Amino acid sequence: MTLVQNFPFFSIILAMFSGILSSVLSGKQARNLSLAALVATMVMSAAVLAYCLGAGESYTYMMGHFPAPWGNEIRAGVLEGLTALLFSMIMLLSVAGGMRYTFEDVEASKVNLFFIMIDLMLSSLLALIYTNDLFTAYVFVEINTIAGCGLIMIRQKGRSFSAAIRYMIMSQLGSGLFLIGLTLLYDVTGHLLMSPAKAAVAAIEAAGSYEIPMLVILAVISVGLAIKSGLYPFHSWIPYTYGYATPTASAILSGLVSKGYIFLLIKIFYRVLGQENVIASRMVNVLFLFGLAGMIMGSVHAIMETDTRRMIAYSSVAQIGYIYMGIGLGTENGMIAAVFHMFTHSATKALLFISAVGLYEVSGEKKDFRSLRGAGYRNHLAGIGFTVGALSMVGFPMLSGFISKLLFATAALQTPHKMMLTLIGLAVSTVLNAIYFLRLVITLYGRGEASQLRAQGTEEGLFGTGEASREAFSGRKSAPTVFGGAIICFILLNLFLGLMSQPVVRAIAAGLAMFD
Amino acid sequence: MASHLLYNIEETVAMILFGIGFTMLLLHRNLIKKIMGMNVMDTAVYLFLAAKGYIQGRMVPIVTDGIQEASAYMNPVPSGLVLTGIVVSVSTTALMLALTIRLYERYHSLDLDEIFMQVKKEERS
Repeated sequence: MTLVQNFPFFSIILAMFSGILSSVLSGKQARNLSLAALVATMVMSAAVLAYCLGAGESYTYMMGHFPAPWGNEIRAGVLEGLTALLFSMIMLLSVAGGMRYTFEDVEASKVNLFFIMIDLMLSSLLALIYTNDLFTAYVFVEINTIAGCGLIMIRQKGRSFSAAIRYMIMSQLGSGLFLIGLTLLYDVTGHLLMSPAKAAVAAIEAAGSYEIPMLVILAVISVGLAIKSGLYPFHSWIPYTYGYATPTASAILSGLVSKGYIFLLIKIFYRVLGQENVIASRMVNVLFLFGLAGMIMGSVHAIMETDTRRMIAYSSVAQIGYIYMGIGLGTENGMIAAVFHMFTHSATKALLFISAVGLYEVSGEKKDFRSLRGAGYRNHLAGIGFTVGALSMVGFPMLSGFISKLLFATAALQTPHKMMLTLIGLAVSTVLNAIYFLRLVITLYGRGEASQLRAQGTEEGLFGTGEASREAFSGRKSAPTVFGGAIICFILLNLFLGLMSQPVVRAIAAGLAMFD
Repeated sequence: MASHLLYNIEETVAMILFGIGFTMLLLHRNLIKKIMGMNVMDTAVYLFLAAKGYIQGRMVPIVTDGIQEASAYMNPVPSGLVLTGIVVSVSTTALMLALTIRLYERYHSLDLDEIFMQVKKEERS
């Protein structure tokens, strides 16, 4: 056992203990501890990824003193390392980018509580990624839910409480279904660890017994996790939750939390129920159809919305639809596309939420997107960040969204009976995406009411308003460099995923192969 | 068919309770009743687990009189899962109740529809 093999456990426990420690620290100290934990996690995940890529295989790590069929285990492979690395990176950037707004939105005496939630969120996400035990996964799903609820309600303004209760109710419905699914699975297989459970499932399938219970288990677990990640018909909580939380919380909730559940679902498909059984049961077709519906309906809702942040939130519904559609294709390539889109969406949506708040700030904090007219000139970096994010979501070449769409389309070509539906869905959804995202981008760089002085024909007019608002802007701005740095890193991450997608795609393929 | 249901009476009851709890959490407008529904749902899962873990005629898995072989005892894992599950559901219930208190202080109602109506009104003004 090398030192690197301990890192998954270290990163989980480090995040959890910094959460516990934060409860007695001041806000600033808690922030520093949180950032340190995030950086350490990033480094450790990178080391795990490098180790697994080098070794070419995954490994399990025994927790406690009981060996395989009984005890608890952590498992790390290429995909786990990659996901943990990207998640911790995106989380770090979201926390850094939204930092100033966090300190504005949250009462000074409660800032450390916010960072406790961040730490717990990190540790639960890491645990969902790394765990090899089903019941541990359930416990961390609940910790994740509680931390998410805390992140939503800590703003204590306007709608945050009603958004939090909506989130809690839907999440509890999902958790309940997931729990009963696990319980049934445990009763049928007699194992909670994923690998022995998979062997038991294979024996059951070979014997042809327990047909209906296995179908019920599959359905209940899929639907439970689909509710929690916000697949289309269960999406009603998304716009409220993402639209009214503090920016860091919105970015983390939309970018990472829903992906954690999807990752868990993929893991259960591959590592417990067996991907070929899942495909044979036709459950993938159900996910495929709901995913398609989500792609279209999410975008339609987003077009009808006028509040920018709710618009971005509805776009999440559409993007989650893409991911489930990829899973629903039921092929290796479809799954690779889905996982790649998970990363794309995490990176892009967090960028959109963080840069949107920078634009709001220079536009008088109105909800209507029309108030953002010309905001791209007032806060350049946020404008550029938002544009890059929007273009990536639409699928502009060079950005990560394009690669996801390309992967989805190629995967669709290999599944004849779903090809037409997927391609039509992709096309329609792309056009719809373009309608509302480009409308936003054009608004950002449009010259209208907000810079009416410009209409009088003088250059100083525009300059004057720009200067005035910039003054107001810089007055409230204590650490613009952190915000700017986060936006730049996000843009670079997007470009990296878009321009150098091949290593990532290969790593995903290798990781998925290790799941079996 | 019916005799099977009667034979597995604990599991049947657990599933019925799960359905009742799930529906209450999903459809009831009163927040306190929603939380009660959530608890009924979770408890149903615990009943199911406990019923599955119990094996007729075997002992509690605590070694007191030197009997070592596993066949003498019932399965201890489901009991452990139930305990863990109870801890989880207590904490989520506490969180939901705390949220309910804050919502009641603010909107003076436990009816979720009414709360959302007031929220919308607040937003417009």
